[in-house]
Amino acid sequence: MDEFKVNKTIEEINEKIKNKEAVIVNAEEMIDIVNKKGIVEAAKSVDVVTTGTFGTMCSSGALINFGHTKPKIKAAKVWLNDVEAYGAVAAVDAYIGASAVKKEDPLNAVHPGRFEYGGGHVIEDLISGKKIRLTAQGYGTDCYPSKEIEMDITINDLKEATLLNPRNAYQNYSVAINTTDKTIYTYMGVLKPHMANATYSSAGQLSPLMNDPFYLTVGIGSRILLAGGEGYVIYHGTQHNPNEERNKRGIPKTGAGALAVIGDMKQMSEKYIKGASILGYGVSLSVGIGVPIPILNEELAFFTSVKDEEIDAYIFDYGYDYPRKIDNNYGLTNYKQLRDGFITVGAKKIPTTPLSSYFMAAEIAEELKKRISDGKFYLTKPSASLPLSKDYKPMKYPKNYL
Amino acid sequence: MISKKIMLRFPKENSNKPFTSTLSREYNLTFNIMSAEIFPRQEGRLIIELSGDDKDFEQGIDYLKENGVSIQFIEESITINYNKCYHCGFCLPVCPTNALLIEDRNTMKVELHKKECIACGYCVKVCPVKAIELSEFA
Repeated sequence: MDEFKVNKTIEEINEKIKNKEAVIVNAEEMIDIVNKKGIVEAAKSVDVVTTGTFGTMCSSGALINFGHTKPKIKAAKVWLNDVEAYGAVAAVDAYIGASAVKKEDPLNAVHPGRFEYGGGHVIEDLISGKKIRLTAQGYGTDCYPSKEIEMDITINDLKEATLLNPRNAYQNYSVAINTTDKTIYTYMGVLKPHMANATYSSAGQLSPLMNDPFYLTVGIGSRILLAGGEGYVIYHGTQHNPNEERNKRGIPKTGAGALAVIGDMKQMSEKYIKGASILGYGVSLSVGIGVPIPILNEELAFFTSVKDEEIDAYIFDYGYDYPRKIDNNYGLTNYKQLRDGFITVGAKKIPTTPLSSYFMAAEIAEELKKRISDGKFYLTKPSASLPLSKDYKPMKYPKNYL
Repeated sequence: MISKKIMLRFPKENSNKPFTSTLSREYNLTFNIMSAEIFPRQEGRLIIELSGDDKDFEQGIDYLKENGVSIQFIEESITINYNKCYHCGFCLPVCPTNALLIEDRNTMKVELHKKECIACGYCVKVCPVKAIELSEFA
């Protein structure tokens, strides 16, 4: 305990929230506070820093249970608005993946395909209360004799509708360029030939795991804002890699940590979740997530004060290297440059545009701040940590700046 | 002085007449061609920026209308539905005139300057949430 000058607990912070005494700021505001007061005073005065992100995350989906029909069916194949859900779970359970496409979608037969409707859109339509056509087929058993059902449902007809995303809130990501002589259509958007543009996909200084880069407070069981409802971190996200190369601020220089998250879709709002059609690539889902970071000590005040210029990101070629899995990069840039609109590769000045909404990330961080301030959202203490980085030692990173 | 981007559609029977040249010579207007297409049924579509004195502009437009050319002001045909748009930025790289842009680097809000739009329609295809609409666009 004596490694920090400030020592608070989640219980103490929750008590303050209950008494409306807690000081909650968003991750943008924390930058100025630490700048003015220093990390120790900032840690004494601020209790929670709220973060946010709103980007497309294909590794998302919904687990639904549509209740038993009369007669009953063991639904082996399930479609929602003609988009296939995975039915090989229990009788009336199904999992619809964000990137599932509609029956007979032409895909990329005429390139670039439009991917007009898919799993991501079904999820958005469910959350916004729209009517969905559910069809299912079974092979018939003694206990579940029905072989086919077809019915209209809304989210209210479902026993459970649970958003269950294996990988969201990626900690940092690649910057994409295209060195070839053809326009390419990727999950990083449209990339024009000869490095004519670059795209990036992180809310930088507002993004959850940029503000807790060593997963000191965000862990299994952390309560979060998920698409406007209450959700939870349930595990590390797929591809979670805590041992990526980090800068002197402790921030990984490319995709590293990630979160698996869960939440009740009946609490969610379509404002914070959107089906996405990515030209030439496929269907996806844009998910809004807000994560509160409790300021338990001055080290967390330090980490939550990270600025865009202190977050680096590697530049990769999605035209040639990436599809061939060639390990090569075009140098580093940072989120200050990315947000200002230009990066430099060699002698070339390249315009940059985002794919993840900073505007909505800020709104989500504000919404979370409001809910905590109003005593409607309390913090949880994780029951277990995410896989941690070997690189972490208490106060190792703040010391670089003291 | 007025300057507007307009989409002209010529019916088949008129697609061989020198409309833009007449606009320039007789109505004293300057034009800048953004795109010109003739479709399989010989209907023509021209997108131009037309500039000149207010009165000349008005008369030039009347001349086109009298000759069966359908006219659409581009700035009136493009809209962003901000109930759908979430300011992701997917549309930005494909906009050839920077009509779609982020002006405020603090909020990172995606904005549309309708006057710059040339109705190319790329953004309509790229927008992941179908928030951009271009009426009469085909």
